[in-house]
Amino acid sequence: MSATVDTALDNNTQSDHEHHGPAKGIARWLFTTNHKDIGSMYLWFSFAMFLLGGCMALTIRAELFQPGLQLIEPEFFNQMTTLHGLIMVFGAVMPAFVGLANWLIPMMVGAPDMALPRMNNWSFWILPFAFALLVSTLFMEGGAPNFGWTFYAPLSTTYAPDTVTYFIFGVHMMGVSSIMGAINVIATILNMRAPGMTLMKMPLFVWTWLITAFLLIAVMPVLAGVVTMMLMDVHFGTSFFNAAGGGDPVMFQHIFWFFGHPEVYIMILPAFGVVSQIIPTFSRKPLFGYHSMVYAVGSIAILSFIVWAHHMFTVGMPLFGELFFMYATMLIAVPTGVKVFNWIATMFRGSLTFEAPMLFSIAFVVLFTIGGFSGLMLAIAPSDFQYHDTYFVVAHFHYVLVPGAIFGIFAAVYYWLPKWCGNMYDEALAKWHFWLSFVGMNLAFFPMHFLGLAGMPRRIPDYALQFADFNSISTVGAFLFGATQLLFLYLVIKTIRSGEKATDQVWEGAEGLEWTIPSPAPYHTFSTPPEVK
Amino acid sequence: MAQEKSHNKTVYKLLFAVIGMFAFGFALVPLYDVFCEITGINGKTQGRYEVTDAKVLEVDESREVRVQFITHNNENMPWEFRPVVAEIKVHPGELTSVDFYAKNTTSRTMTAQAVPSLSPSRGVDYFHKTECFCFNQQKLEAQEEVLMPLRFVVDKALPDELKVLTLSYTLFDQKNPDQASSGELPMTFTINEQSVATR
Ligand code: HEM
Ligand SMILES: [Cu+2]
Repeated sequence: MSATVDTALDNNTQSDHEHHGPAKGIARWLFTTNHKDIGSMYLWFSFAMFLLGGCMALTIRAELFQPGLQLIEPEFFNQMTTLHGLIMVFGAVMPAFVGLANWLIPMMVGAPDMALPRMNNWSFWILPFAFALLVSTLFMEGGAPNFGWTFYAPLSTTYAPDTVTYFIFGVHMMGVSSIMGAINVIATILNMRAPGMTLMKMPLFVWTWLITAFLLIAVMPVLAGVVTMMLMDVHFGTSFFNAAGGGDPVMFQHIFWFFGHPEVYIMILPAFGVVSQIIPTFSRKPLFGYHSMVYAVGSIAILSFIVWAHHMFTVGMPLFGELFFMYATMLIAVPTGVKVFNWIATMFRGSLTFEAPMLFSIAFVVLFTIGGFSGLMLAIAPSDFQYHDTYFVVAHFHYVLVPGAIFGIFAAVYYWLPKWCGNMYDEALAKWHFWLSFVGMNLAFFPMHFLGLAGMPRRIPDYALQFADFNSISTVGAFLFGATQLLFLYLVIKTIRSGEKATDQVWEGAEGLEWTIPSPAPYHTFSTPPEVK
Repeated sequence: MAQEKSHNKTVYKLLFAVIGMFAFGFALVPLYDVFCEITGINGKTQGRYEVTDAKVLEVDESREVRVQFITHNNENMPWEFRPVVAEIKVHPGELTSVDFYAKNTTSRTMTAQAVPSLSPSRGVDYFHKTECFCFNQQKLEAQEEVLMPLRFVVDKALPDELKVLTLSYTLFDQKNPDQASSGELPMTFTINEQSVATR
């Protein structure tokens, strides 16, 4: 994405210890400490993982096109669901947001770079190795991990394939990478804001990332802890999760979801931030309720620590536990509702235009809300006994993650791409990308609600005949959505290579420091901090 | 870089938080046990009960509670293991003895551990075991059989609506090769009173 940055003007005054431009060749990418280079690498890596995880999803959907076992063995099917989930969560969504953070946070707060540039290089370069380790298990004896992205013990301990050890080290590496990324984000935001940029003047994208980074610091170590316990159970004879030795498999679920629920907010809060930047621009109005937006994100983050057992309503909790986690979960819908209200209020009576970033953002608001509602249905403990582990859950989390997190990322790329590479993207193609993604995604995931309500369990390679119609529709939608993403790839490359030159402000209604610097953004920006009124 | 230096304080604080949360993850393990013990969630029954107050043993003839016994073998545990009576009716306050039968069906000496779990879990606080084979490990020679005692009393404070208590035991092989070393690890110290995941 920053291929054209090589030629970018670099007329800012430089302090002695900084380079004057990017190094040449591969060394530039291996050793770079530049936040824009690292941001681009994160985004490209994320896109590669998105395609890889997408191919796995299509393998799953192809098998489910018809009832019966056609294409793949059930054992391989399980490996596909597991790797698809892990790759999308840790390889596609999270790195994409870290990439956006790298590109945007320094430019938004008026800092010359991230606080810890060398650590930044490390936290990126760990990732390809982590995922190489994870994906290489596909070619090993015993096959890849097959216990689902939630890796419940004892499936992931007593009954795990030998490759579970690679999985564990892979997760450790991803954890280290995210933690380093989070430390970097927090240090940048807290210590490197331009004079006058008070916390309450920060753009919402910066705010949501600050809170996300704290969530990462709080829960990634717990994830590292739980996989370490698994490692010890598998290799060193402990019994953390082994009832035979005095442990408890249900405890695995508690620890996992203590990480897992905040993790789902890690994947959505930065998207909240993106949408909160974009909607005001294309409504030509300031964001409605800035302060309430900040407080809402904060309360969502805090509440996310006390709702984890809504994933475990059926493990046999006492009534008090069911009630507590049910009401706590429903409580989260309140700040979430505040945000949706504010986005809509921002658009209300604005002079709207519908460029691609805005289209993705509006779809985000509508479809994410549908996902929130299905979440509320799942939060009702007595009905969750019916819905749990069915396709209804699959529908719920795909509605919050695909038109939520992923559409948020698309919106961000369209919105800032002209700033990054200096060229406008092809609006007509982008609209095609939007509408095909929109239709494909809804075709793929909406029928899953009905399948789940009718009782189709998740994570199965074959199903009863009455589910056939909805499943085939879903598969068609999935392939449409998947193929459309190649269009996105083409569009991005085309924009980097050519296209109408973008102005500095790019969008008529855009506000913020990043729009005051030239397009494409020079290799070094804000070497002397800007003054914020 | 001078720049990086100024971030040291932030970074150290955050690293401290990271290490703290890593430790917290492990602390959840004992916390979880303590929490379950205090609240009686999870059907974890209590340890040996000492009758300190004679009133506990005053029998409440007005009420009868059904106590059911069920047994499971953990996978790969070849012993025969069953309650001698599957269900008895007791009055609260009545000290009762029942036996469980176990036989080592293999041709080698084995050690077993039975792990109890009570359902509904609300009953846990009202079910007192004064003696239980689950307080110790059982070592049986090849083909040896044994009757193992359980003495208990149901508390008079048992809520009225609890009319049936089901006590389940799962029998574990203590010398299973893949847990051979587990005996030394702290995780297993409280082995008697751990819950069983047989739901
Ligand atoms: C109003 C907000 C939300 C509520 C009330 C809610 C509620 C729930 C509940 C109760 C479940 C468990 C269902 C079951 O397993 O039976 C669940 C699952 C899930 N939710 Fe949400 N949710 C909300 C928002 C989100 C968001 C924003 C995300 C991610 C961006 C998310 C991601 C997930 C995932 C990934 C699962 C499934 C995990 C698995 O078992 O594989 N949810 N949600
Ligand atoms: Cu959750």
